[in-house]
Amino acid sequence: MDTAYSPEDLAFRDEVRGFFEEAYTPELRARMRSNHKEGAEEWQRKLYEKGWVAPNWPAEFGGTGWTATQKYIYETERSLAGIPNVIPFGLVMVANVIMAYGTDEQKDYFLPRILKSEDWWCQGYSEPGSGSDLASLKTKAERDGDDFIINGAKIWTTYAQYADWIFCLVRTDNSGKKQEGITFILIDMKSEGIKVNPIISIDNHHSLNEVEFSNVRVPAKNVVGEIGKGWTVAKALLAHERTGIAGVADVKRAVRVIKEVAAKDENGGQRLIDDPGFQQRLADIEVELMALEFTELRTLATQAAGGFPGPESSLLKIKGTELQQATQEMLMEIAAYYQGVLPTDLDPEALGHEFATDARLAYMYGRAATIYGGSNEVQKNIIAKYVLGLE
Amino acid sequence: MNFDFSEEQQMVRDSIARFVQDDYDWDTRKAIVASDQGISRDNWKLFAELGWLSIPFAEEHGGFGGNIVDLSVVMEELGKGLVVEPYFPTVVLFGGLIKRAGSEAQQAEWLPRIIGGDVLGAFAYVERQSRFALQDCQTTAAKSGDSYVLNGEKVVVFNGEQADHLVVLARTSGDQSDRDGLSLFIVDAAAAGVDKMSYPMMDGQRVSNITFKDVSVSAEAPLGEEGGALSVVEALTDEAIIALAAEAVGIMGVLNAKTLEYTKTREQFGVAIGSYQALQHRMVDTMMAYEQSKSLLFKALCEYKQDPAMAAETVHALKVLIDRNAKHVFGEAIQMHGGMGMTDELDIGHYAKRLMMINTTFGDGTYHRNRFIETAFAA
Repeated sequence: MDTAYSPEDLAFRDEVRGFFEEAYTPELRARMRSNHKEGAEEWQRKLYEKGWVAPNWPAEFGGTGWTATQKYIYETERSLAGIPNVIPFGLVMVANVIMAYGTDEQKDYFLPRILKSEDWWCQGYSEPGSGSDLASLKTKAERDGDDFIINGAKIWTTYAQYADWIFCLVRTDNSGKKQEGITFILIDMKSEGIKVNPIISIDNHHSLNEVEFSNVRVPAKNVVGEIGKGWTVAKALLAHERTGIAGVADVKRAVRVIKEVAAKDENGGQRLIDDPGFQQRLADIEVELMALEFTELRTLATQAAGGFPGPESSLLKIKGTELQQATQEMLMEIAAYYQGVLPTDLDPEALGHEFATDARLAYMYGRAATIYGGSNEVQKNIIAKYVLGLE
Repeated sequence: MNFDFSEEQQMVRDSIARFVQDDYDWDTRKAIVASDQGISRDNWKLFAELGWLSIPFAEEHGGFGGNIVDLSVVMEELGKGLVVEPYFPTVVLFGGLIKRAGSEAQQAEWLPRIIGGDVLGAFAYVERQSRFALQDCQTTAAKSGDSYVLNGEKVVVFNGEQADHLVVLARTSGDQSDRDGLSLFIVDAAAAGVDKMSYPMMDGQRVSNITFKDVSVSAEAPLGEEGGALSVVEALTDEAIIALAAEAVGIMGVLNAKTLEYTKTREQFGVAIGSYQALQHRMVDTMMAYEQSKSLLFKALCEYKQDPAMAAETVHALKVLIDRNAKHVFGEAIQMHGGMGMTDELDIGHYAKRLMMINTTFGDGTYHRNRFIETAFAA
């Protein structure tokens, strides 16, 4: 039982901190806000050149080969510097699937391109009729020689408007249980018959889409894992998605930001940070967060040997997203009347407020965190069934 | 003991509900919000013709002579339709200040124009630094011969863009946060030295930051006693909070009804999601949140109707409970709607955003919990 940093860990922390200070320039920070795609790609290329873009990949595929402690240090420093996570669809999600289930050909082609951010990926899981009940998905893939012909629709597809590739769950067989007959397949977004329809979300932004497939021809060699075994692949991937979702380090930063801005905002000369009611709410968040950090560390330590995380990652997802929303709510509260300001391009000086617009964007989009990646209700079902054995 | 609404109140309720149902469907509202002015002047004329703008004003000025219960009926029904026409800024705030503090002459001049739909008003009281502290006021009004000269800035002025007249809270004496020395002025929004920067809010309304640079107003412009405005504004605030609470209760009722309907029809795992006990209990919780909010609103209405001073403590409690329950209700409404609840296209998120703005207007739950503690725990 020991979490003390070794001298090597401390040296590593200084190296990470130094790199972020130098590489994540104010210009890049601004570009992340104004053009998220270009900003994210530029940052991921910088990380690639440094060799740090894939902390969770095994070294043989170009990962860092870091220890669990080093990964933790890296993640903490990243969020303290206010740097967003990498876009997860390629680097975190599909890459893990390809490494675990892909053919050599798939590994050789896709993994280097993902490392270099040459392809933008999106995720085709949910369908208009299949949200929490993912296995009821209906998008159909019919065999035609060496190809599959895909028909159907995916929804809530984040950044499909930028994507070069989409990884999809499709139905290749209708005869058995609904979990059987699902296949995991990679589809080139430039294929004929794909239509991307934008969905404006409640933060008034466009990141979500519906993706329609009509007679889209996809080579059968793009199937990852066995045909009809996509559900196994999908479950493993969802567990991966969930651990990332906890966002402990980012919530820690949010708490720090709340303390900073609450020390400035006043009510007729009384600072919010001195308000006992406000202090108690923030303290409740912080206490829960301290515990969650160690819940996450315990999970990481168990997984340090490698492999996919288990159903206990659902706990991280539930608690992490609840805490994210709690901090987002407090920032909105501090912004008071300004929390409702809609335009994102107003000069803060003319407006009279620094962070209200960002707070609104984070709060409104943040409502999705308890819905996506398997809603928190589904996560509780997973824990009840697979951890507690309740059927 | 009687919690029924009068026949007259029921008629007003039905009339607004009919308007919302027949003339204010979701697409119509969206088109109005996106239009140049962001409100419909035709609707405003209609509100005047139907008498809704006259509700809280005395009969001698052409008003309906309504009490707080009448006003809450109007606000609840307008809330259900997310009506963006500026009833709250013009009738409740602008008109509310004039009816409270205006001289006979000022009331005779302004109230009939408000009732007739001929003036759109706003109350400029928030400053960059003030947050919810009404007395925290740096805008100044200096007496100069036969006039006053206003200098300063107000921010997030509801209906600031369309308002042709403003009531401005300004300091005529004292220091930044003194309770004494505040005064109210009626200012023509087109007067020299008044400059607006307008922007939309997430709930569909347009607000403005308004600067006043050597704006000259006549010596007749002060509303009420010079230096004694804070008590007037605080009295207005109590009525406004009750009105907003009624609006919030209307919205919560709509959200609960829509969410209940969705959980009965949305199928996952082969059954309606509302058949799951885990969700049923949560639907029960949001229903209880609504009923509790309504009960406290009724308490505030009964007390305020009898004597506004009686409601002082309840008003703080009401703001605390509405803040908490509104967040609970809209949070569950979005969550239960899943991805659909995240879309701008569906109205659920828009109801949520209006509740958020209601929560922050005139002080949020944290702020009013402190005021409640000061009031209820004293002595």
